[in-house]
Amino acid sequence: MTAIISISQLNKTYASGLVALQDVDLDIRRGEIFALLGPNGAGKTTLISVVCGISTPTSGRVTVDGHDILSDYRAARAKIGLVPQELYTDMFETPWATMNFSRGLFGLPPNPAHLEQVLRDLSLWGKRHDKIMTLSGGMKRRVLIAKALAHEPGVLFLDEPTAGVDVELRRDMWSLVRRLRDGGVTVILTTHYIAEAEEMADRIGVISKGKLILVEAKSVLMKKLGKKQLTLHLQEPLVEIPSGLSDWGLTLNNDGSDLEFTFDSSKEHTTIPVLLRRLGELGIAFKDLNTRQSSLEEIFVSLVTERR
Amino acid sequence: MNTATQTLKFNYHAILAIYKFEMARFKRTLWQSLVTPVITTSLYFVVFGAAIGSRMGEVDGIHYGSFIVPGLIMLSLFTESVSNASFGIHMPRFTGTIFEILSAPVSAFEIVLAYVGAAATKSILLGLIILATANLFVPIHIEHPFWMAGFLLLVAVTFSLFGFIVGVWAKGFEQLQFVPMLILTPLTFLGGVFYSIDMLPDGWRTFSLFNPIVYVISGFRWSFYGSADVGVGISLAATSVFFLLCLGLVWLIFRTGYRLKS
Repeated sequence: MTAIISISQLNKTYASGLVALQDVDLDIRRGEIFALLGPNGAGKTTLISVVCGISTPTSGRVTVDGHDILSDYRAARAKIGLVPQELYTDMFETPWATMNFSRGLFGLPPNPAHLEQVLRDLSLWGKRHDKIMTLSGGMKRRVLIAKALAHEPGVLFLDEPTAGVDVELRRDMWSLVRRLRDGGVTVILTTHYIAEAEEMADRIGVISKGKLILVEAKSVLMKKLGKKQLTLHLQEPLVEIPSGLSDWGLTLNNDGSDLEFTFDSSKEHTTIPVLLRRLGELGIAFKDLNTRQSSLEEIFVSLVTERR
Repeated sequence: MNTATQTLKFNYHAILAIYKFEMARFKRTLWQSLVTPVITTSLYFVVFGAAIGSRMGEVDGIHYGSFIVPGLIMLSLFTESVSNASFGIHMPRFTGTIFEILSAPVSAFEIVLAYVGAAATKSILLGLIILATANLFVPIHIEHPFWMAGFLLLVAVTFSLFGFIVGVWAKGFEQLQFVPMLILTPLTFLGGVFYSIDMLPDGWRTFSLFNPIVYVISGFRWSFYGSADVGVGISLAATSVFFLLCLGLVWLIFRTGYRLKS
């Protein structure tokens, strides 16, 4: 898949001396949903701000669909829609007026049919002539998305799109993002909600202290870094790990009734049968077993913690 | 996905969008934007034109009530141009909606043209309404109508540019009011709105010549009555210098991203 956004050796140092981005290299593929994860202050919003033209890079190069964001900023920005983290909108305007404003700002003539479609998709059509200040928080967020889609962008940045919204709206938003992707829009989202990235992203980037720690397909990331845990519920509790099992790194829990084994998910097929055979040889019987895979959240926490 | 903006050379849709947005705000606040200055100016005519003016006789051969008309128009033009332009750009900064302007395919020139154009339109409209209002109170003769229109446009654009700078510079609404209230209004009152600087003692007259507002009001008054405190060429030059200075500062703001971009 070709890259729609190419970021190379991007650095951003604020006037205060704060280094927000360090040597970031990243390619966003056309038509994918890319989730950028990172703790507060990691540089997620700065990265988006630089690509969108809100912040000036200190050094490095960014192109959007082949257009440099500095030397060919008009063409680059025309491709991008941005939904900011905060509810920045003109509260005295109506959704209809503010969408027309956004479309005009991006150099396009009025297109009522397109705006109607976007508003209907976002369940805002009935509220199009209401003042934004009278809408609920969730609706205001949807208005921001509507504004970002008013000029039919090829790339959509969603900065913490579901921060502070209820579960139902979050599900609606996920569904909308998938529909946009299906329509050919590349979506880049930053999020604190790991479940959001786990649910939607094709690829995941983790940023910490301004550095991009890794970029990986979600499935590969889960497989590569995900740990699996096997729990054996023993028929007879053990006082300690038998010496014959000392090399396995097992732990005893629940007063010796549960034997836990944490293993690399990629070696699942070779290690578990060996362990079970070894337990049989030692006469350790179990009445039940279950396995559990580490979530993206656990992977993320371990990655960020390692860097601290 | 759109393709129209790929080849965009001049984003007139964006200029129109910002301009219409600003004019819509003007309509929403019509009372404070238009009616208040008209009432205030009418009160000036009642107080200075009728009550005090009747005892003043003539200034430079012009009836006092008529004499103060150009100055009063300029007084409103200065304050309204600065207020409208500064509020126009400060509000998006305050509410955070500036992100949309900065991330749009709009050049600095187009942004300024839209905000300053809207602010200048509003203040010119106001100036013309005050002129019409004044005509109800005193006889007015405009000797050089084209010069009058030219000065009106130049001053409205110049002070709107100045207001744009103030709006970017101000960190809050208090600072936004600081320049029009504490600098511009006193300079205007001391700039010959209600008197000719020839009426001042020599020392004060020389001192007044350091006030740039004197030149602006003088030039505008010349377009009405053909007489002025300073030569019309000097007035035009002084106003043009201020215009270029403001233009330079606005260019610097966008060049450096001062208080707009991080």
